[in-house]
Amino acid sequence: MVELSHDSRPIIGRGPPLGATFLTLALASIGLMVADTRYNQLAQVREWLSAAAYPVQVAVDLPFRAWDWLTGSFADRSRLRQENLELTARLRLANLQLQRFAALEDENRRLRDMRENSAGIADRVLVASILNVDLDPFRHRVLLDKGAADGVFKGQAVLDAEGIFGQVAQVHAETAEVILISDAEHAIPVQSNRSGLRTIAVGTGDSNQLSLPFVTVESDLKAGDLLISTGIGGVFPRGYPVAEVTRVERTPAATFALVDARPTARLDRNREVLLVWFNPPAAPLEPAPDPAASTAAAPSAAPATQPAAAPAPASAATGEAAPATATTPEAPR
Amino acid sequence: MTPSNFTRRLLYWLSVAAGLVLAIVPLPDWLDPVRPDLALLAVIYWILTSPRIAGLGYAWLAGLFLDVLRGMTLGQHALGFVLVAFLAHRAQLRMRMFPIPHQAAAVMLLLAVYHFVIFWTDGLTGHGYTGWNRWLPVLSGALLWPLIVAAGDTLTRRSR
Repeated sequence: MVELSHDSRPIIGRGPPLGATFLTLALASIGLMVADTRYNQLAQVREWLSAAAYPVQVAVDLPFRAWDWLTGSFADRSRLRQENLELTARLRLANLQLQRFAALEDENRRLRDMRENSAGIADRVLVASILNVDLDPFRHRVLLDKGAADGVFKGQAVLDAEGIFGQVAQVHAETAEVILISDAEHAIPVQSNRSGLRTIAVGTGDSNQLSLPFVTVESDLKAGDLLISTGIGGVFPRGYPVAEVTRVERTPAATFALVDARPTARLDRNREVLLVWFNPPAAPLEPAPDPAASTAAAPSAAPATQPAAAPAPASAATGEAAPATATTPEAPR
Repeated sequence: MTPSNFTRRLLYWLSVAAGLVLAIVPLPDWLDPVRPDLALLAVIYWILTSPRIAGLGYAWLAGLFLDVLRGMTLGQHALGFVLVAFLAHRAQLRMRMFPIPHQAAAVMLLLAVYHFVIFWTDGLTGHGYTGWNRWLPVLSGALLWPLIVAAGDTLTRRSR
């Protein structure tokens, strides 16, 4: 009886059997995955490959950019005039505020120098635009058009005009991948502007919501509080708005309150963002009264420096966040 | 190599490349999770219609390039692509006999295997997203299958 082979490739020059090819390639991909995630051995390979991917990404982005340019250049004159008037008015107002601000900034820097912690304030920024490329529907990542060639580095803070946007997760030659603060794998140390309470804001995978899982029931936080970056951990500059608390739900029986916050940065609507360079704080910022407090605050901020370490926020913060929040009243800023 | 074989090979490469580009074209938010895996559908189509030119190696390379384009763990999509290509090769003699709806169901099974591989490796590398809507491309891909076949058959009619 004649049996048909499953392998219908030409008999001559067929190469190794199908099963063997499959096994080799499957093992190769598993090897790649292990090398990439466990040992981070593939930075160089990834750079070459992403150089090949760059033209594709630019090609995808190009029509959208061209459309923006077209609509921009064919805007009618009266609208431009109107816009110009508005901008002039706003600039005048901003200049007025700036005059006062310059003096205040000087004074602030002097005072901070006296306290020896002027580090953590942004000193150089670079405008980058987001490429119109969808990376993954379930991860909050975007691709910027600036890369290692422009001095972008891994872990660099990314801001927009309204607040903290995210941090650089991967740098390629011409592009950089940014993980947004709303990504479920991201955590950022924050501080309540009103009460000085320090905690961690964790992304939820929803671009309009952050969650603050480590706020104790009795801590001083309420809806409407502005959360600003603390600068602890050295990734984000200090004092920039991160989110606004939208909901605090306290169950007396629970240890932690349910706290939600809305990011102030326009995470899902922005085209232009700012890459920030600043002097990272060398030591823990606040000389806390007891040594236990300062050691507790530092590890709780650590998860934000490594977006790839997913289990870190949960394991580090459940133990440490409680003492950290408890000590904040003694260390007001 | 005959000229028709050459055009077929060219069509194969071009269609998979187009599928890869369409994998990162921005879509509105509600449509983004439904995005069908066009590159993989193209690979399956070519394996069913001309298994002699659509080998495993090219499927693997396409998967690897998708990993790079999306900034995922290297090898993740490559593993999914090569597994689906292998299964399609094994089932190819049977699958090409199926009527289109039956074939779409078989393709749905292949897509489910692919998405399971992605889901599984996502979990292993710590990116687990367990929402139900990550399985939507399986459905949208199967629904799109008749169109893929129609488009592919129109393209290859000349070289048949």
